Amino acid sequence: MSSQEFAQHRRQSEEASEVELPQAQAQINEVDSLLDEIDSVLESNASAFVQGFVQKGGQ
Amino acid sequence: MTTKRIIGMETEFGILEPAEPYANPVALSSHVVEAYGAVGSASGAATPVKWDFHGEDPLNDARGYRLERAAAHPSQLTDDPNQLAPSGEDLAQQRRMGARLQHVARPSNGEMLRARAANAVLTNGARLYVDHAHPEYSSPETANPREAVLWDRAGEHVMIEAMALLRRQGREVVVYKNNVDGKGASYGSHENYLMRREVAFIDVIRYLTPFFVTRPAICGAGRVGLGQRSEVPGFQISQRADYVENDVGLETTFNRPIINTRDEPHADAEVWRRLHVIGGDANLFDVSNLLKVGTTSLVLWLLETGEIPLDLESLMLDDAVDATWRISHDPTLRTAVDMHDGSSKTALDIQQVYLDVIREAIRRRGEPDFDTEEILTRWQQVIDSLRGDLFSAAAQVEWVAKYQLLEGMRQRGGLAWDNDKLRALDLQWHDLRPERSIVARLDGSGKIERIFSHAEVAYAATHAPESTRAYLRGGLIERFPGNVAAAGWDGIVLDVPGYRDLVRLPTTRPARATSALVGEILEGSTSVEDFLIRLTSAK
Repeated sequence: MSSQEFAQHRRQSEEASEVELPQAQAQINEVDSLLDEIDSVLESNASAFVQGFVQKGGQ
Repeated sequence: MTTKRIIGMETEFGILEPAEPYANPVALSSHVVEAYGAVGSASGAATPVKWDFHGEDPLNDARGYRLERAAAHPSQLTDDPNQLAPSGEDLAQQRRMGARLQHVARPSNGEMLRARAANAVLTNGARLYVDHAHPEYSSPETANPREAVLWDRAGEHVMIEAMALLRRQGREVVVYKNNVDGKGASYGSHENYLMRREVAFIDVIRYLTPFFVTRPAICGAGRVGLGQRSEVPGFQISQRADYVENDVGLETTFNRPIINTRDEPHADAEVWRRLHVIGGDANLFDVSNLLKVGTTSLVLWLLETGEIPLDLESLMLDDAVDATWRISHDPTLRTAVDMHDGSSKTALDIQQVYLDVIREAIRRRGEPDFDTEEILTRWQQVIDSLRGDLFSAAAQVEWVAKYQLLEGMRQRGGLAWDNDKLRALDLQWHDLRPERSIVARLDGSGKIERIFSHAEVAYAATHAPESTRAYLRGGLIERFPGNVAAAGWDGIVLDVPGYRDLVRLPTTRPARATSALVGEILEGSTSVEDFLIRLTSAK
Protein backbone atom coordinates (compact mmCIF):
# COMPACT_ATOMS: atom_id res chain seq x y z
CA MET A 1 0.00 0.00 0.00
CA SER A 2 1.23 3.51 -0.73
CA SER A 3 2.27 5.80 2.11
CA GLN A 4 -0.73 8.06 1.49
CA GLU A 5 -3.11 5.14 1.58
CA PHE A 6 -1.32 3.92 4.61
CA ALA A 7 -1.66 7.16 6.51
CA GLN A 8 -5.39 7.15 5.96
CA HIS A 9 -5.56 3.53 6.86
CA ARG A 10 -3.54 4.01 10.00
CA ARG A 11 -6.16 6.28 11.56
CA GLN A 12 -8.83 3.64 11.10
CA SER A 13 -6.57 0.99 12.61
CA GLU A 14 -5.79 3.09 15.63
CA GLU A 15 -9.49 3.57 16.31
CA ALA A 16 -10.01 -0.17 16.09
CA SER A 17 -7.13 -1.11 18.36
CA GLU A 18 -8.41 1.15 21.16
CA VAL A 19 -11.06 -1.46 21.95
CA GLU A 20 -10.28 -3.41 25.13
CA LEU A 21 -10.64 -7.15 25.27
CA PRO A 22 -12.73 -7.80 28.40
CA GLN A 23 -12.00 -11.45 29.06
CA ALA A 24 -8.44 -11.40 27.77
CA GLN A 25 -6.58 -10.77 31.02
CA ALA A 26 -7.15 -14.18 32.59
CA GLN A 27 -5.91 -16.02 29.54
CA ILE A 28 -2.84 -13.88 29.21
CA ASN A 29 -1.90 -14.88 32.74
CA GLU A 30 -2.16 -18.48 31.56
CA VAL A 31 0.90 -18.07 29.36
CA ASP A 32 2.96 -16.52 32.16
CA SER A 33 4.94 -19.64 32.97
CA LEU A 34 5.58 -20.23 29.30
CA LEU A 35 6.98 -16.70 28.98
CA ASP A 36 9.71 -17.51 31.50
CA GLU A 37 10.73 -20.47 29.41
CA ILE A 38 10.64 -18.45 26.21
CA ASP A 39 12.78 -15.73 27.77
CA SER A 40 15.53 -18.31 28.07
CA VAL A 41 15.54 -19.20 24.36
CA LEU A 42 14.83 -15.75 22.94
CA GLU A 43 17.70 -14.21 20.97
CA SER A 44 19.80 -12.47 23.61
CA ASN A 45 20.29 -9.29 21.63
CA ALA A 46 16.78 -8.73 20.31
CA SER A 47 17.61 -5.45 18.56
CA ALA A 48 20.60 -6.82 16.65
CA PHE A 49 18.61 -9.91 15.69
CA VAL A 50 15.65 -7.89 14.42
CA GLN A 51 17.92 -5.50 12.51
CA GLY A 52 19.81 -8.40 10.99
CA PHE A 53 16.75 -10.27 9.81
CA VAL A 54 16.76 -9.05 6.21
CA GLN A 55 15.34 -11.15 3.40
CA LYS A 56 15.14 -10.79 -0.36
CA GLY A 57 11.65 -10.52 -1.76
CA GLY A 58 10.08 -13.60 -3.26
CA GLN A 59 6.75 -14.63 -4.68
CA MET B 1 -19.92 -33.62 -2.13
CA THR B 2 -16.51 -33.50 -0.65
CA THR B 3 -13.58 -31.40 0.35
CA LYS B 4 -11.30 -33.95 -1.31
CA ARG B 5 -9.37 -32.83 -4.36
CA ILE B 6 -5.81 -32.73 -5.68
CA ILE B 7 -3.89 -30.14 -3.63
CA GLY B 8 -0.25 -29.07 -3.53
CA MET B 9 1.46 -26.54 -1.25
CA GLU B 10 4.57 -24.46 -1.96
CA THR B 11 6.61 -22.76 0.76
CA GLU B 12 9.42 -20.26 0.29
CA PHE B 13 11.35 -20.19 3.56
CA GLY B 14 13.17 -17.27 5.12
CA ILE B 15 16.89 -17.96 5.52
CA LEU B 16 19.70 -16.52 7.62
CA GLU B 17 23.29 -17.30 8.53
CA PRO B 18 23.80 -15.38 11.78
CA ALA B 19 27.62 -15.50 11.57
CA GLU B 20 27.58 -14.16 8.00
CA PRO B 21 25.09 -11.30 7.87
CA TYR B 22 26.08 -10.44 4.29
CA ALA B 23 25.90 -14.01 2.96
CA ASN B 24 24.43 -14.26 -0.53
CA PRO B 25 20.91 -15.63 0.05
CA VAL B 26 20.88 -17.52 -3.26
CA ALA B 27 24.10 -19.32 -2.36
CA LEU B 28 22.79 -19.94 1.15
CA SER B 29 19.57 -21.40 -0.20
CA SER B 30 21.57 -23.58 -2.60
CA HIS B 31 23.57 -24.98 0.32
CA VAL B 32 20.34 -25.99 2.05
CA VAL B 33 19.00 -27.73 -1.06
CA GLU B 34 22.30 -29.42 -1.89
CA ALA B 35 22.92 -30.58 1.67
CA TYR B 36 19.55 -32.29 1.87
CA GLY B 37 19.41 -33.41 -1.76
CA ALA B 38 22.73 -35.20 -1.53
CA VAL B 39 22.15 -37.31 1.55
CA GLY B 40 18.66 -36.71 2.81
CA SER B 41 15.56 -38.12 1.37
CA ALA B 42 17.18 -38.78 -2.01
CA SER B 43 18.26 -42.09 -0.45
CA GLY B 44 21.94 -41.86 -1.01
CA ALA B 45 21.84 -41.27 -4.77
CA ALA B 46 25.20 -39.99 -6.00
CA THR B 47 23.56 -36.79 -7.19
CA PRO B 48 20.15 -35.36 -6.38
CA VAL B 49 17.40 -36.24 -8.84
CA LYS B 50 17.07 -33.42 -11.35
CA TRP B 51 13.88 -31.65 -12.27
CA ASP B 52 12.09 -32.68 -15.46
CA PHE B 53 10.91 -29.46 -17.04
CA HIS B 54 8.81 -31.24 -19.65
CA GLY B 55 5.36 -29.69 -19.73
CA GLU B 56 6.41 -26.55 -17.88
CA ASP B 57 6.75 -23.07 -19.29
CA PRO B 58 8.76 -23.40 -22.52
CA LEU B 59 11.12 -20.71 -21.29
CA ASN B 60 12.44 -23.30 -18.90
CA ASP B 61 14.22 -24.90 -21.85
CA ALA B 62 16.90 -22.35 -21.19
CA ARG B 63 17.88 -24.29 -18.10
CA GLY B 64 19.72 -26.91 -20.10
CA TYR B 65 17.27 -29.67 -20.89
CA ARG B 66 16.39 -30.75 -24.37
CA LEU B 67 13.87 -33.36 -23.37
CA GLU B 68 11.03 -31.44 -24.92
CA ARG B 69 12.61 -31.23 -28.38
CA ALA B 70 14.11 -34.67 -28.29
CA ALA B 71 10.96 -36.45 -27.23
CA ALA B 72 10.21 -38.79 -30.06
CA HIS B 73 6.92 -40.34 -30.97
CA PRO B 74 6.51 -43.54 -28.96
CA SER B 75 6.07 -45.56 -32.16
CA GLN B 76 9.78 -45.06 -32.86
CA LEU B 77 10.62 -47.16 -29.86
CA THR B 78 10.54 -50.25 -32.11
CA ASP B 79 13.50 -48.99 -34.16
CA ASP B 80 15.82 -49.54 -31.28
CA PRO B 81 16.47 -53.14 -30.26
CA ASN B 82 17.51 -51.91 -26.83
CA GLN B 83 14.13 -50.35 -26.27
CA LEU B 84 10.96 -51.85 -24.98
CA ALA B 85 8.29 -52.97 -27.37
CA PRO B 86 5.83 -50.17 -28.09
CA SER B 87 3.20 -49.98 -25.44
CA GLY B 88 0.76 -47.92 -27.48
CA GLU B 89 -1.75 -50.72 -27.67
CA ASP B 90 -1.34 -51.58 -24.04
CA LEU B 91 -4.47 -50.11 -22.56
CA ALA B 92 -3.79 -51.59 -19.14
CA GLN B 93 -0.57 -49.62 -18.86
CA GLN B 94 -2.27 -46.46 -20.04
CA ARG B 95 -5.04 -46.91 -17.52
CA ARG B 96 -2.48 -47.10 -14.73
CA MET B 97 -0.37 -44.19 -15.89
CA GLY B 98 -2.75 -42.13 -17.97
CA ALA B 99 -0.28 -41.87 -20.87
CA ARG B 100 2.17 -43.79 -23.07
CA LEU B 101 5.92 -44.10 -22.61
CA GLN B 102 8.28 -41.83 -24.53
CA HIS B 103 11.95 -42.12 -25.23
CA VAL B 104 14.26 -39.14 -25.02
CA ALA B 105 17.87 -38.63 -26.08
CA ARG B 106 20.44 -38.53 -23.31
CA PRO B 107 21.77 -35.09 -22.53
CA SER B 108 25.25 -34.55 -23.97
CA ASN B 109 28.24 -34.29 -21.66
CA GLY B 110 28.24 -30.55 -22.28
CA GLU B 111 24.66 -30.30 -21.16
CA MET B 112 25.36 -32.38 -18.09
CA LEU B 113 28.16 -30.07 -17.07
CA ARG B 114 26.20 -26.87 -17.55
CA ALA B 115 25.54 -25.11 -14.28
CA ARG B 116 22.03 -25.64 -13.04
CA ALA B 117 20.16 -24.13 -10.14
CA ALA B 118 20.15 -26.35 -7.05
CA ASN B 119 17.27 -28.77 -7.20
CA ALA B 120 16.28 -32.10 -5.73
CA VAL B 121 13.27 -34.35 -6.10
CA LEU B 122 12.62 -36.24 -2.89
CA THR B 123 11.44 -39.74 -2.11
CA ASN B 124 8.23 -38.23 -0.77
CA GLY B 125 7.53 -36.82 -4.24
CA ALA B 126 8.26 -33.21 -3.27
CA ARG B 127 10.53 -30.78 -5.09
CA LEU B 128 13.19 -28.92 -3.12
CA TYR B 129 14.88 -26.06 -4.95
CA VAL B 130 15.94 -22.43 -4.90
CA ASP B 131 13.38 -19.84 -5.89
CA HIS B 132 13.83 -16.08 -5.62
CA ALA B 133 16.67 -16.28 -3.10
CA HIS B 134 14.75 -18.65 -0.82
CA PRO B 135 14.81 -22.40 -0.38
CA GLU B 136 11.46 -23.66 -1.59
CA TYR B 137 9.66 -26.89 -0.77
CA SER B 138 6.88 -27.82 -3.17
CA SER B 139 4.90 -30.59 -1.58
CA PRO B 140 3.92 -33.71 -3.48
CA GLU B 141 0.41 -33.75 -4.90
CA THR B 142 -2.03 -34.85 -2.22
CA ALA B 143 -5.63 -36.04 -2.49
CA ASN B 144 -7.33 -34.21 0.39
CA PRO B 145 -6.76 -31.38 2.91
CA ARG B 146 -5.46 -33.68 5.68
CA GLU B 147 -2.78 -35.04 3.39
CA ALA B 148 -1.96 -31.52 2.24
CA VAL B 149 -1.33 -30.49 5.86
CA LEU B 150 0.82 -33.54 6.60
CA TRP B 151 3.06 -33.18 3.54
CA ASP B 152 3.34 -29.43 4.07
CA ARG B 153 4.57 -30.11 7.60
CA ALA B 154 6.93 -32.72 6.16
CA GLY B 155 8.62 -29.74 4.50
CA GLU B 156 9.43 -28.35 7.97
CA HIS B 157 11.01 -31.68 8.84
CA VAL B 158 13.09 -31.57 5.64
CA MET B 159 14.36 -28.10 6.58
CA ILE B 160 15.20 -29.21 10.13
CA GLU B 161 17.23 -32.09 8.67
CA ALA B 162 18.94 -29.76 6.18
CA MET B 163 19.95 -27.39 9.00
CA ALA B 164 21.35 -30.32 10.98
CA LEU B 165 23.36 -31.50 7.95
CA LEU B 166 24.85 -28.04 7.47
CA ARG B 167 25.67 -27.81 11.15
CA ARG B 168 27.72 -30.99 10.78
CA GLN B 169 29.66 -29.12 8.09
CA GLY B 170 30.29 -26.37 10.62
CA ARG B 171 27.69 -23.93 9.32
CA GLU B 172 24.83 -22.55 11.35
CA VAL B 173 22.10 -21.71 8.85
CA VAL B 174 18.62 -20.90 10.15
CA VAL B 175 15.42 -21.50 8.21
CA TYR B 176 12.19 -19.66 9.02
CA LYS B 177 8.71 -20.68 7.93
CA ASN B 178 7.23 -17.20 7.65
CA ASN B 179 6.39 -14.71 4.90
CA VAL B 180 7.84 -11.34 5.88
CA ASP B 181 11.03 -9.74 7.19
CA GLY B 182 9.25 -6.64 8.48
CA LYS B 183 11.42 -4.46 6.24
CA GLY B 184 9.51 -4.66 2.99
CA ALA B 185 10.35 -8.15 1.72
CA SER B 186 7.68 -10.82 1.45
CA TYR B 187 7.93 -14.37 0.17
CA GLY B 188 5.09 -16.72 -0.41
CA SER B 189 3.41 -19.87 0.64
CA HIS B 190 1.15 -20.85 -2.21
CA GLU B 191 -1.71 -23.28 -2.36
CA ASN B 192 -2.64 -25.11 -5.55
CA TYR B 193 -6.04 -26.63 -6.11
CA LEU B 194 -7.11 -28.65 -9.11
CA MET B 195 -10.60 -27.49 -10.00
CA ARG B 196 -12.95 -28.12 -12.89
CA ARG B 197 -12.39 -25.77 -15.79
CA GLU B 198 -16.12 -25.52 -16.50
CA VAL B 199 -16.42 -23.07 -13.59
CA ALA B 200 -16.21 -19.66 -15.29
CA PHE B 201 -13.18 -17.74 -14.07
CA ILE B 202 -15.33 -14.67 -13.56
CA ASP B 203 -17.22 -16.70 -10.91
CA VAL B 204 -13.93 -17.73 -9.29
CA ILE B 205 -13.05 -14.05 -8.95
CA ARG B 206 -16.49 -12.97 -7.82
CA TYR B 207 -17.16 -15.62 -5.19
CA LEU B 208 -13.67 -16.32 -3.91
CA THR B 209 -12.59 -12.71 -3.32
CA PRO B 210 -14.69 -12.10 -0.18
CA PHE B 211 -13.64 -15.54 1.05
CA PHE B 212 -9.90 -14.87 0.67
CA VAL B 213 -10.19 -11.37 2.16
CA THR B 214 -11.73 -12.80 5.36
CA ARG B 215 -10.02 -16.21 5.54
CA PRO B 216 -7.02 -14.98 7.62
CA ALA B 217 -9.40 -14.52 10.57
CA ILE B 218 -9.60 -18.32 10.94
CA CYS B 219 -6.06 -19.27 9.90
CA GLY B 220 -3.68 -16.28 9.75
CA ALA B 221 -0.20 -16.65 11.25
CA GLY B 222 -0.11 -13.21 12.90
CA ARG B 223 2.47 -10.45 12.55
CA VAL B 224 4.03 -7.64 14.60
CA GLY B 225 4.00 -4.37 12.67
CA LEU B 226 1.55 -2.72 10.31
CA GLY B 227 2.49 -1.75 6.76
CA GLN B 228 4.92 -3.42 4.36
CA ARG B 229 7.87 -1.99 6.29
CA SER B 230 6.19 -2.16 9.69
CA GLU B 231 5.82 1.63 9.59
CA VAL B 232 3.17 1.59 12.31
CA PRO B 233 3.53 -0.31 15.60
CA GLY B 234 0.87 -2.92 16.25
CA PHE B 235 -0.19 -6.51 15.82
CA GLN B 236 -2.10 -7.85 12.84
CA ILE B 237 -3.80 -11.12 11.94
CA SER B 238 -2.07 -11.91 8.66
CA GLN B 239 1.54 -12.05 7.46
CA ARG B 240 0.63 -11.32 3.86
CA ALA B 241 -2.27 -8.82 3.99
CA ASP B 242 -0.19 -5.67 3.60
CA TYR B 243 1.44 -7.07 0.46
CA VAL B 244 -1.90 -7.44 -1.31
CA GLU B 245 -2.19 -4.50 -3.68
CA ASN B 246 -4.50 -5.62 -6.44
CA ASP B 247 -7.70 -7.62 -6.90
CA VAL B 248 -6.85 -9.81 -9.91
CA GLY B 249 -3.62 -10.42 -11.81
CA LEU B 250 -0.81 -12.68 -12.98
CA GLU B 251 1.91 -11.18 -10.79
CA THR B 252 3.28 -12.99 -7.76
CA THR B 253 6.32 -10.90 -6.78
CA PHE B 254 4.94 -7.34 -6.92
CA ASN B 255 1.52 -5.73 -7.14
CA ARG B 256 0.27 -8.99 -5.66
CA PRO B 257 -3.38 -9.77 -6.38
CA ILE B 258 -6.05 -11.45 -4.23
CA ILE B 259 -6.88 -13.75 -7.16
CA ASN B 260 -3.87 -14.95 -9.15
CA THR B 261 -4.54 -15.89 -12.75
CA ARG B 262 -1.63 -18.25 -13.31
CA ASP B 263 -3.01 -21.44 -14.80
CA GLU B 264 -0.70 -24.32 -15.55
CA PRO B 265 -2.72 -27.34 -14.49
CA HIS B 266 -0.12 -30.14 -14.93
CA ALA B 267 -3.18 -32.21 -15.78
CA ASP B 268 -5.65 -32.46 -18.67
CA ALA B 269 -6.07 -28.76 -19.36
CA GLU B 270 -9.40 -29.23 -21.09
CA VAL B 271 -10.96 -30.54 -17.90
CA TRP B 272 -8.88 -28.98 -15.14
CA ARG B 273 -7.67 -25.60 -14.03
CA ARG B 274 -5.07 -25.09 -11.30
CA LEU B 275 -6.14 -22.39 -8.90
CA HIS B 276 -2.90 -20.82 -7.63
CA VAL B 277 -3.60 -19.08 -4.33
CA ILE B 278 -0.79 -16.70 -3.36
CA GLY B 279 -2.17 -14.67 -0.46
CA GLY B 280 -2.17 -17.22 2.35
CA ASP B 281 0.18 -17.32 5.34
CA ALA B 282 2.63 -20.17 5.94
CA ASN B 283 1.16 -22.07 8.89
CA LEU B 284 2.89 -23.95 11.69
CA PHE B 285 -0.41 -24.93 13.34
CA ASP B 286 -2.13 -28.06 11.98
CA VAL B 287 -5.69 -26.87 12.52
CA SER B 288 -5.01 -23.47 10.94
CA ASN B 289 -3.46 -25.17 7.93
CA LEU B 290 -6.31 -27.68 7.71
CA LEU B 291 -8.93 -24.93 7.81
CA LYS B 292 -7.02 -22.82 5.29
CA VAL B 293 -6.99 -25.65 2.76
CA GLY B 294 -10.21 -27.44 3.69
CA THR B 295 -12.52 -24.42 3.65
CA THR B 296 -11.05 -23.24 0.35
CA SER B 297 -11.59 -26.66 -1.18
CA LEU B 298 -15.21 -26.60 -0.04
CA VAL B 299 -15.85 -23.19 -1.59
CA LEU B 300 -14.40 -24.55 -4.85
CA TRP B 301 -16.70 -27.56 -4.56
CA LEU B 302 -19.67 -25.23 -4.18
CA LEU B 303 -18.67 -23.38 -7.37
CA GLU B 304 -18.22 -26.70 -9.16
CA THR B 305 -21.82 -27.67 -8.38
CA GLY B 306 -22.86 -24.90 -10.74
CA GLU B 307 -25.52 -23.74 -8.28
CA ILE B 308 -24.45 -20.50 -6.65
CA PRO B 309 -26.62 -19.73 -3.60
CA LEU B 310 -28.22 -16.31 -3.67
CA ASP B 311 -26.76 -15.51 -0.24
CA LEU B 312 -23.28 -15.20 -1.74
CA GLU B 313 -24.45 -12.15 -3.69
CA SER B 314 -24.68 -10.30 -0.37
CA LEU B 315 -20.92 -10.75 0.17
CA MET B 316 -19.63 -8.43 -2.55
CA LEU B 317 -17.13 -6.00 -1.04
CA ASP B 318 -16.91 -2.33 -1.88
CA ASP B 319 -13.11 -2.34 -1.87
CA ALA B 320 -11.54 -5.77 -1.49
CA VAL B 321 -7.94 -4.59 -1.12
CA ASP B 322 -8.79 -2.03 1.56
CA ALA B 323 -10.92 -4.63 3.34
CA THR B 324 -7.96 -7.04 3.32
CA TRP B 325 -5.83 -4.51 5.20
CA ARG B 326 -8.52 -3.33 7.60
CA ILE B 327 -9.58 -6.83 8.65
CA SER B 328 -6.00 -7.93 9.20
CA HIS B 329 -5.19 -4.86 11.30
CA ASP B 330 -7.92 -5.49 13.86
CA PRO B 331 -7.29 -8.49 16.13
CA THR B 332 -10.54 -7.76 17.98
CA LEU B 333 -12.28 -8.92 14.78
CA ARG B 334 -14.90 -6.19 15.24
CA THR B 335 -14.02 -4.25 12.10
CA ALA B 336 -16.95 -4.29 9.70
CA VAL B 337 -16.18 -3.62 6.06
CA ASP B 338 -18.46 -1.92 3.55
CA MET B 339 -20.46 -4.10 1.20
CA HIS B 340 -21.88 -3.32 -2.24
CA ASP B 341 -25.42 -3.51 -0.95
CA GLY B 342 -24.79 -0.70 1.55
CA SER B 343 -24.50 -2.94 4.60
CA SER B 344 -21.30 -3.71 6.50
CA LYS B 345 -20.05 -7.08 7.70
CA THR B 346 -17.24 -8.42 9.87
CA ALA B 347 -14.83 -11.09 8.65
CA LEU B 348 -16.59 -13.67 10.82
CA ASP B 349 -20.02 -12.64 9.45
CA ILE B 350 -18.73 -13.30 5.95
CA GLN B 351 -17.08 -16.60 6.88
CA GLN B 352 -20.34 -17.70 8.53
CA VAL B 353 -22.30 -17.07 5.34
CA TYR B 354 -19.88 -19.26 3.36
CA LEU B 355 -20.13 -22.01 5.96
CA ASP B 356 -23.93 -21.84 6.06
CA VAL B 357 -24.44 -22.00 2.30
CA ILE B 358 -21.96 -24.88 1.96
CA ARG B 359 -23.59 -26.84 4.77
CA GLU B 360 -26.99 -26.33 3.17
CA ALA B 361 -25.72 -27.31 -0.30
CA ILE B 362 -24.23 -30.50 1.16
CA ARG B 363 -27.36 -31.31 3.15
CA ARG B 364 -29.44 -31.20 -0.01
CA ARG B 365 -27.14 -33.76 -1.62
CA GLY B 366 -26.89 -36.30 1.21
CA GLU B 367 -24.32 -37.06 3.87
CA PRO B 368 -20.89 -35.42 3.99
CA ASP B 369 -17.89 -37.78 4.16
CA PHE B 370 -15.56 -37.77 7.19
CA ASP B 371 -13.09 -35.27 5.75
CA THR B 372 -15.85 -32.85 4.83
CA GLU B 373 -17.67 -33.13 8.16
CA GLU B 374 -14.39 -32.52 9.97
CA ILE B 375 -13.81 -29.27 8.10
CA LEU B 376 -17.39 -28.09 8.61
CA THR B 377 -17.30 -28.86 12.34
CA ARG B 378 -13.90 -27.26 12.97
CA TRP B 379 -14.82 -24.24 10.88
CA GLN B 380 -17.89 -23.59 13.02
CA GLN B 381 -16.02 -24.25 16.28
CA VAL B 382 -13.32 -21.76 15.38
CA ILE B 383 -15.79 -19.08 14.30
CA ASP B 384 -17.70 -19.55 17.58
CA SER B 385 -14.53 -19.41 19.68
CA LEU B 386 -13.32 -16.27 17.92
CA ARG B 387 -16.71 -14.62 18.42
CA GLY B 388 -16.81 -15.46 22.10
CA ASP B 389 -13.62 -15.67 24.07
CA LEU B 390 -10.86 -14.94 21.54
CA PHE B 391 -8.05 -16.74 23.34
CA SER B 392 -10.11 -19.92 23.67
CA ALA B 393 -9.08 -20.51 20.02
CA ALA B 394 -5.35 -20.36 20.86
CA ALA B 395 -4.73 -24.09 20.41
CA GLN B 396 -6.17 -24.01 16.89
CA VAL B 397 -5.67 -20.55 15.37
CA GLU B 398 -2.04 -19.58 14.93
CA TRP B 399 -2.43 -15.80 15.02
CA VAL B 400 -4.46 -16.03 18.23
CA ALA B 401 -1.75 -18.09 19.98
CA LYS B 402 0.94 -15.65 18.81
CA TYR B 403 -1.14 -12.68 19.90
CA GLN B 404 -1.74 -14.19 23.33
CA LEU B 405 1.95 -14.75 23.92
CA LEU B 406 2.97 -11.32 22.62
CA GLU B 407 0.25 -9.64 24.64
CA GLY B 408 1.49 -11.44 27.76
CA MET B 409 5.05 -10.31 27.14
CA ARG B 410 3.93 -6.80 26.29
CA GLN B 411 1.90 -6.38 29.48
CA ARG B 412 4.51 -8.00 31.68
CA GLY B 413 7.25 -5.64 30.51
CA GLY B 414 5.07 -2.62 29.78
CA LEU B 415 6.39 -2.74 26.21
CA ALA B 416 5.22 -0.78 23.19
CA TRP B 417 4.36 -2.72 20.01
CA ASP B 418 7.53 -1.54 18.28
CA ASN B 419 9.74 -2.95 21.04
CA ASP B 420 12.45 -5.16 19.55
CA LYS B 421 11.74 -7.92 22.03
CA LEU B 422 8.24 -8.32 20.64
CA ARG B 423 9.50 -8.12 17.07
CA ALA B 424 12.14 -10.74 17.87
CA LEU B 425 9.53 -13.05 19.37
CA ASP B 426 7.42 -12.64 16.23
CA LEU B 427 10.34 -13.70 13.99
CA GLN B 428 11.53 -16.46 16.28
CA TRP B 429 8.02 -17.92 16.32
CA HIS B 430 8.82 -19.21 12.81
CA ASP B 431 12.42 -20.35 13.53
CA LEU B 432 12.46 -24.06 12.64
CA ARG B 433 15.39 -25.05 14.89
CA PRO B 434 13.78 -27.28 17.52
CA GLU B 435 15.85 -25.73 20.33
CA ARG B 436 14.96 -22.17 19.30
CA SER B 437 11.45 -22.51 17.90
CA ILE B 438 8.77 -20.77 19.95
CA VAL B 439 6.11 -22.97 18.38
CA ALA B 440 8.06 -26.05 19.52
CA ARG B 441 7.92 -24.65 23.07
CA LEU B 442 4.15 -24.28 22.84
CA ASP B 443 3.93 -27.75 21.35
CA GLY B 444 5.97 -29.19 24.19
CA SER B 445 3.57 -27.66 26.73
CA GLY B 446 0.60 -29.19 24.93
CA LYS B 447 -0.76 -25.82 23.88
CA ILE B 448 -1.23 -26.68 20.21
CA GLU B 449 -3.87 -29.09 18.94
CA ARG B 450 -2.01 -31.43 16.65
CA ILE B 451 -3.63 -33.59 13.97
CA PHE B 452 -0.39 -35.41 13.14
CA SER B 453 2.32 -36.77 15.41
CA HIS B 454 6.04 -36.13 14.97
CA ALA B 455 6.41 -39.74 13.83
CA GLU B 456 3.83 -39.29 11.08
CA VAL B 457 5.52 -36.10 9.93
CA ALA B 458 8.94 -37.78 9.83
CA TYR B 459 7.44 -40.64 7.81
CA ALA B 460 5.90 -38.19 5.33
CA ALA B 461 9.27 -36.50 4.86
CA THR B 462 10.58 -39.64 3.16
CA HIS B 463 7.41 -41.32 1.86
CA ALA B 464 5.04 -40.06 -0.82
CA PRO B 465 1.26 -39.96 -0.57
CA GLU B 466 -0.14 -43.21 -1.98
CA SER B 467 -3.18 -41.48 -3.40
CA THR B 468 -1.61 -39.51 -6.27
CA ARG B 469 1.06 -39.81 -8.97
CA ALA B 470 3.55 -38.61 -6.34
CA TYR B 471 3.52 -42.25 -5.22
CA LEU B 472 5.25 -43.45 -8.37
CA ARG B 473 7.64 -40.47 -8.54
CA GLY B 474 8.75 -40.87 -4.93
CA GLY B 475 8.65 -44.65 -5.05
CA LEU B 476 10.95 -44.89 -8.08
CA ILE B 477 13.41 -42.45 -6.50
CA GLU B 478 13.37 -44.44 -3.28
CA ARG B 479 13.81 -47.84 -4.92
CA PHE B 480 16.05 -47.00 -7.86
CA PRO B 481 17.72 -43.69 -7.00
CA GLY B 482 20.56 -44.19 -9.47
CA ASN B 483 18.15 -44.80 -12.33
CA VAL B 484 15.96 -41.72 -12.09
CA ALA B 485 17.59 -39.12 -14.34
CA ALA B 486 14.95 -36.48 -13.71
CA ALA B 487 11.44 -36.15 -12.37
CA GLY B 488 8.70 -33.54 -12.50
CA TRP B 489 4.97 -33.17 -11.95
CA ASP B 490 4.24 -34.40 -15.48
CA GLY B 491 6.77 -37.16 -15.88
CA ILE B 492 9.64 -39.30 -14.66
CA VAL B 493 12.76 -39.87 -16.78
CA LEU B 494 14.46 -43.24 -16.23
CA ASP B 495 18.01 -44.18 -17.08
CA VAL B 496 17.91 -47.91 -17.79
CA PRO B 497 21.30 -49.65 -17.93
CA GLY B 498 22.05 -50.77 -21.50
CA TYR B 499 19.42 -48.59 -23.18
CA ARG B 500 20.64 -46.08 -25.72
CA ASP B 501 18.01 -43.49 -24.79
CA LEU B 502 16.34 -42.44 -21.60
CA VAL B 503 12.75 -43.55 -21.08
CA ARG B 504 10.19 -40.99 -20.02
CA LEU B 505 7.06 -42.01 -18.15
CA PRO B 506 4.52 -39.23 -18.62
CA THR B 507 2.39 -38.72 -15.51
CA THR B 508 -0.17 -36.35 -16.93
CA ARG B 509 -2.98 -37.36 -14.58
CA PRO B 510 -2.51 -36.52 -10.90
CA ALA B 511 -4.89 -39.23 -9.69
CA ARG B 512 -3.19 -42.04 -11.67
CA ALA B 513 0.11 -43.82 -10.99
CA THR B 514 -1.13 -44.29 -7.42
CA SER B 515 -0.32 -47.10 -5.02
CA ALA B 516 -3.61 -48.80 -5.94
CA LEU B 517 -2.75 -48.71 -9.66
CA VAL B 518 1.00 -49.35 -9.79
CA GLY B 519 1.94 -50.31 -6.22
CA GLU B 520 2.14 -54.03 -6.80
CA ILE B 521 4.22 -53.55 -9.95
CA LEU B 522 6.68 -51.20 -8.28
CA GLU B 523 7.01 -53.21 -5.08
CA GLY B 524 7.62 -56.43 -7.02
CA SER B 525 10.27 -55.02 -9.35
CA THR B 526 13.88 -56.07 -8.87
CA SER B 527 15.38 -53.44 -11.22
CA VAL B 528 14.23 -50.41 -13.13
CA GLU B 529 14.12 -52.46 -16.33
CA ASP B 530 12.09 -55.12 -14.56
CA PHE B 531 9.72 -52.35 -13.48
CA LEU B 532 9.25 -51.16 -17.07
CA ILE B 533 8.65 -54.69 -18.31
CA ARG B 534 6.12 -55.35 -15.56
CA LEU B 535 4.43 -52.02 -16.16
CA THR B 536 4.05 -52.54 -19.89
CA SER B 537 3.05 -56.20 -19.74
CA ALA B 538 0.70 -56.08 -16.75
CA LYS B 539 -2.94 -56.68 -17.54
